[in-house]
Amino acid sequence: MRTRTDWLAHAVLGLGVVLFAFPVWLIFAGATQDAGAINRGDISLLPRLSHLGIFLSVLRNGDGANPTPIWHMLMISAGMALGIAIGKIVISLLSAYAVVFFRFPFRMLAFWTIFITLMLPVEVRIIPTYAVMADFHMINSFAGLTVPLLASATATLLLRQVFLAIPDELVEAARMDGAGPVRFLVSILIPVSAANLAALFVILFVYGWNQYLWPLLVATDPRLDTIVIGIVQLIDTGFTLTPWNTMMAMAVLAIIPPVIVVVAMQRWFVKGLTEVEK
Amino acid sequence: MASLELRGLAKSFGAQVVLDGIDLTVADGEMLVIVGASGCGKSTLLRLVAGLEQPSRGEVILDGRDITDRDPAERDIAMVFQNYALYPHMSVFQNMAFGLKIRGLPQADIRRRVGAAAEMLGLGDLLTRKPRALSGGQRQRVAMGRAIVREPKLFLFDEPLSNLDAKLRVQMRADIRRLQRRFAITSLYVTHDQVEAMTLGDRLVVMREGRAAQVATPMEVFARPADTYVAGFIGAPAMNFLPARLTAGGHGAALAAGPAILFADGPRPGPEGRGLTIGIRPEHVQLDPAGMAFAVDLVEPLGSETLVHGRLADGEGLVVKIAGQAPPGEALRVALPPAQLHVFDAGNGTRLEPETATVGPLAGLAVTG
Ligand SMILES: Nc1ncnc2c1ncn2[C@@H]1O[C@H](COP(=O)(O)OP(=O)(O)O)[C@@H](O)[C@H]1O
Ligand SMILES: [Mg+2]
Repeated sequence: MRTRTDWLAHAVLGLGVVLFAFPVWLIFAGATQDAGAINRGDISLLPRLSHLGIFLSVLRNGDGANPTPIWHMLMISAGMALGIAIGKIVISLLSAYAVVFFRFPFRMLAFWTIFITLMLPVEVRIIPTYAVMADFHMINSFAGLTVPLLASATATLLLRQVFLAIPDELVEAARMDGAGPVRFLVSILIPVSAANLAALFVILFVYGWNQYLWPLLVATDPRLDTIVIGIVQLIDTGFTLTPWNTMMAMAVLAIIPPVIVVVAMQRWFVKGLTEVEK
Repeated sequence: MASLELRGLAKSFGAQVVLDGIDLTVADGEMLVIVGASGCGKSTLLRLVAGLEQPSRGEVILDGRDITDRDPAERDIAMVFQNYALYPHMSVFQNMAFGLKIRGLPQADIRRRVGAAAEMLGLGDLLTRKPRALSGGQRQRVAMGRAIVREPKLFLFDEPLSNLDAKLRVQMRADIRRLQRRFAITSLYVTHDQVEAMTLGDRLVVMREGRAAQVATPMEVFARPADTYVAGFIGAPAMNFLPARLTAGGHGAALAAGPAILFADGPRPGPEGRGLTIGIRPEHVQLDPAGMAFAVDLVEPLGSETLVHGRLADGEGLVVKIAGQAPPGEALRVALPPAQLHVFDAGNGTRLEPETATVGPLAGLAVTG
């Protein structure tokens, strides 16, 4: 009985792995092939080893349509994703801290105001946000790329739940030990919720990395193109043929940094999502 | 170390009155145990003393100084919590050192104090461990250590042993008592366990619904409980209560079950027929061929002694604890020795002392001659 369920479980897992890995393999193999061949629809599942150099050349020289080299796009993407992830965590850490551990006038009002912004993602408020950024002269700047995405109801709500699960007695023990608000935050709260913060960081990094609409709108300067924008720019505009192999090479390169972040944080990440005991 | 005084301490949460004016003093070096059923306000009382909660009324005086408005950190009070509340990400050493570090003690002092406390508590080899790698008893010791290294004026314990298994509880109980005696630590100890209360306390406070029902030494509480609540709460198995009426001249009690019993220690006040509740502990009831009829309905052998549950002639339940084994048979006869009776008013449950007594709350009302 046991061995049978094990066998079944492995079969299901194996199928899942194939389903997820196949597209990734396809773009990896496709990157080494002829743009024309891919356009005709005959894409081989075997990479042409002699053409592996395309990754390096794309990285160094750009994609031909855009003068910015891909490494620069990756840097912009990484900077934006890091800025968004760290900024969101700092802001939501502080706001969740205030909402959970302090009694101040209009506390619940503040909480519900944060909550309501859940219904107003960037896509919904894109025109007014653009107008505000324009007034601040932040169009075509790195700050313009990141700042409007920083305020985060989701992260605040998540951290609020984490903080609410912290036993009152722990807070009181720290108070009796003489820990003030800052000391409590730094020495107790952040270390105790470190696993959750790590999980949040991974999710937010990927969220930032995948941003498309806002960067498209606010940064028209090619020096600020993110890798996602760079890929989309290559799509057939009617005048030129889509260089599918270049696009696929860029896509492979674009996957790597989020994968590194996920793998590096994996232990923490899983702990933060599954651990209930405090 | 120091003395603590509570004056009229009261606390309400909204309309719910949790503490209803508590007056207490804890002498220097004394261990005062607060015992009471769950929800009677014990933790709330400790939290008021600790400063984690503000009282609705009343004052907390430590060492002659009013500290009611002070922050917990400025009170020089340490607390051991029920679930230990150790910092999960810190080692045993760091847990104990945290408070000292915040107070800005030099590293050398911190190391010396933590080292000494760890030695005393048998934690010397565990200093680098995290709390999750410790057993319940060890965590409990770390929580104690964290309080001890602070060298506070007052210790608060909130049911510190209730999460331990029975055997460990007995051992830790003795350890706490030894430590407390050795260092003459002024302590306020909260528990719902009457055995803990009896063994640990220099004095007991029996709490009931936010009031102190009785404050006295453990033996005094046991021997002369102030009312039926205290009498029923302290002692296991619990005291038996039987309805009765005062006989003429207040010299005895006529049990509803039949016989009248003369009080051994003098008459009680009140008119003939005054409603009484007679209390007698199970271990004091005697088997007596000349006694009242007692119909047995359950026998619980405990090894060296036996609990016999049954009913008197009028249907009142009675529990009898006898040494050794119970005699066979469903019908026994029992007697209530007059010297072991506790007499309470049937109405409000307060203890009625003999009129000629020279001690006790009614002494001032004694009628001589
Ligand atoms: N912060 C609070 N808000 C509202 N009610 C409370 C609060 N703390 C305690 N209580 C109430 O006060 C009563 C006594 O609680 P507590 O002091 O914890 O009792 P004990 O420790 O004796 O079991 C309980 O009925 C509890 O519901
Ligand atoms: Mg309690």
